[in-house]
Amino acid sequence: MAILLNRGTRVIVQGFTGKIGSFHAEDMKRYGTKLVGGVTPGKGGQKHLGLPVFNTVKGAVRETRAEASIVFVPPPFAADSIMEAADAGIKLCVCITDGIPSQDMMQVKRYMLRYRFEDRMRLIGPNCAGMITPGQALMGIMPGSIYLPGRVGIVGRSGTLGYEAASQMKALGIGVSTSVGIGGDPINGSSFKDMLKLFEQDDETDAVVMIGEIGGPQEAEAAIWARDNMRKPLIAYIAGLSAPKGRRMGHAGAIISAFGESAQEKVEILKEAGVVIVPTPSSFGEVVADTLAGMKKAA
Amino acid sequence: MDIHEYQAKELLARHGVHVPRGGLAYSPEQATYRAREIGGGKWVLKAQVHSGARGKAGGIKLCANDEEISNAAEAMLGRKLVTQQTGPRGKLISRLYLEEAVDIAQELYVGFVLDRKEERVMIVASAAGGMEIEDIVERAPDSIIRTTVDPGVGMQRFQAREIAFGLGLDQNLIGKATETIFSCYQVFRDYDASMLEINPLVVTRDGNLVALDAKMSFDENALFRRPEISELRDKSQEDPRETFASDRGLSYVGLDGNIGCIINGAGLAMATMDMIKIAGGEPANFLDIGGGASPERVAKSFRAVLGDKNVETILVNIFAGINRCDWVAEGVVKAIREVGVNVPLVVRLAGTKVEEGRRILADSGEAVIVAETLAEAAEKAVAAWRSATLKKAS
Repeated sequence: MAILLNRGTRVIVQGFTGKIGSFHAEDMKRYGTKLVGGVTPGKGGQKHLGLPVFNTVKGAVRETRAEASIVFVPPPFAADSIMEAADAGIKLCVCITDGIPSQDMMQVKRYMLRYRFEDRMRLIGPNCAGMITPGQALMGIMPGSIYLPGRVGIVGRSGTLGYEAASQMKALGIGVSTSVGIGGDPINGSSFKDMLKLFEQDDETDAVVMIGEIGGPQEAEAAIWARDNMRKPLIAYIAGLSAPKGRRMGHAGAIISAFGESAQEKVEILKEAGVVIVPTPSSFGEVVADTLAGMKKAA
Repeated sequence: MDIHEYQAKELLARHGVHVPRGGLAYSPEQATYRAREIGGGKWVLKAQVHSGARGKAGGIKLCANDEEISNAAEAMLGRKLVTQQTGPRGKLISRLYLEEAVDIAQELYVGFVLDRKEERVMIVASAAGGMEIEDIVERAPDSIIRTTVDPGVGMQRFQAREIAFGLGLDQNLIGKATETIFSCYQVFRDYDASMLEINPLVVTRDGNLVALDAKMSFDENALFRRPEISELRDKSQEDPRETFASDRGLSYVGLDGNIGCIINGAGLAMATMDMIKIAGGEPANFLDIGGGASPERVAKSFRAVLGDKNVETILVNIFAGINRCDWVAEGVVKAIREVGVNVPLVVRLAGTKVEEGRRILADSGEAVIVAETLAEAAEKAVAAWRSATLKKAS
């Protein structure tokens, strides 16, 4: 079933009746996502886009048996919404919100530890484009049309650079099993490594593309894990070759502040771990095609 | 967001951290007046710029009388201080801070940062203070103590005490050091700091513990709930190109190249800059127009990019998801007609409403170089920049 999300996943929207929430809820519905309702405190009992609105996530889960939630709540209240979802028994939460304070995210991560691993919600984001299992369901803000259904997993920090990769692949007839945006913040719900683990176990994924960038330790950690545990090919690009040290490049987390965080250093670490490197952002398609062709030959 | 040393010290002092007596000055006269106020016979005059390594760059002077203070202030004010951290453009000195000189027995290092791996606040301390943390890591790695704080309960006193003992301090300083470290953590947490560095934290000859320097940065995502910190912003310390852009809601970082960039999404922006570099050019800036950009916002981006006199070509690269290529194209045409774009302009559009966008550009009759792919866009931009500079040279 690809990873995490399929056509059967029952999804609610937090921040449902707001302008952004409404816009993307309609878009997701149109794509085929099984949207079962939404939450806006104070508007419970109303109908919105033909779906029930609830005051609390617990209420929504009780009535709709929702398993997944997508959060469009503004930054000052977003951490609270994520914790509410975790407490209500939501299994998968995608937070699109950009601008959540780091200390709030530290608290969210700490809060989630109170649940046993089997019961713990999986958080994707914040500050991400969300995720898509092409041909089945969309929980995010990406244009569905640029993804062809297929067998290559994508995990990246950036939304638009992910579109670039998917469209280059589509141009060569290569499809995607699931594409996940883990977001550009310094503290995020799921890491590259978390997603690689899922893709490695997924029968419908043959290879994985990782789209990283400057700042933080996650790409290197993922590469080391892949070297020791992954049998599927891992293909990676690191954005930010021309980024100067100590300057934040848009994403709150895209800043070189320690050794091993520049694009060049990360590429070196990845190469050493046996990751296939995409040398330029215009060669995603080619490199993935070559890697898949190589696998066929070997088989 | 960075703040000045004197602002950080005020904040820390309000929460019980000892700092030397000092005062702010905007003129040489004010600086000498501050010396009278502070008293004593030796002072340190410090340029207030958002950068470390000020001493080596001539931004810190020890003075023993009015004349020395006045001369040093005269020499510093209005000048740009170029340190290892400011880049070649340097930073304007418009404020000075005069402090009583302190008799130093020992220099320590205490820093607080966000540890992205542990997802916690980390405290880094060392008995080898006075040099940059990078140098401590290199020269005295064994002196470094690291502890992280559980965000659920916050820092505990035993953690501060462990650090105090770990620094090898005298018995009679342990209490003071514990309180200092604990107070710093509280300031860090209560004001949503992203970095707090006291280097050096000094043991004075008369047995006190004093923060001789203080550097603080704050989480910009949390400024909405820290109005007292937002007020400390000093725009004179920022790149004017960046101030212009951020006042208009654009995410912009100024660089030193010649190809101006207008892109949507931070990742795609970085990748496009990489592509320009690979094609043999140098990007002049990072600029993310964000999602749902109106034609007006696109036109504003052109103003921000063209405000940089080094820009000799512009590359627009939009992969629209929640953006719309038709709006972007309208913005491009608007910019050409209203802002005036007298450098070569390359535009690559993809995603939502791409056909409409391309049609708007074609129908406008304006001189826009259109590209289909990312590689083509970068190559065309670099080629256009080369021929434009050749023309200029001949």
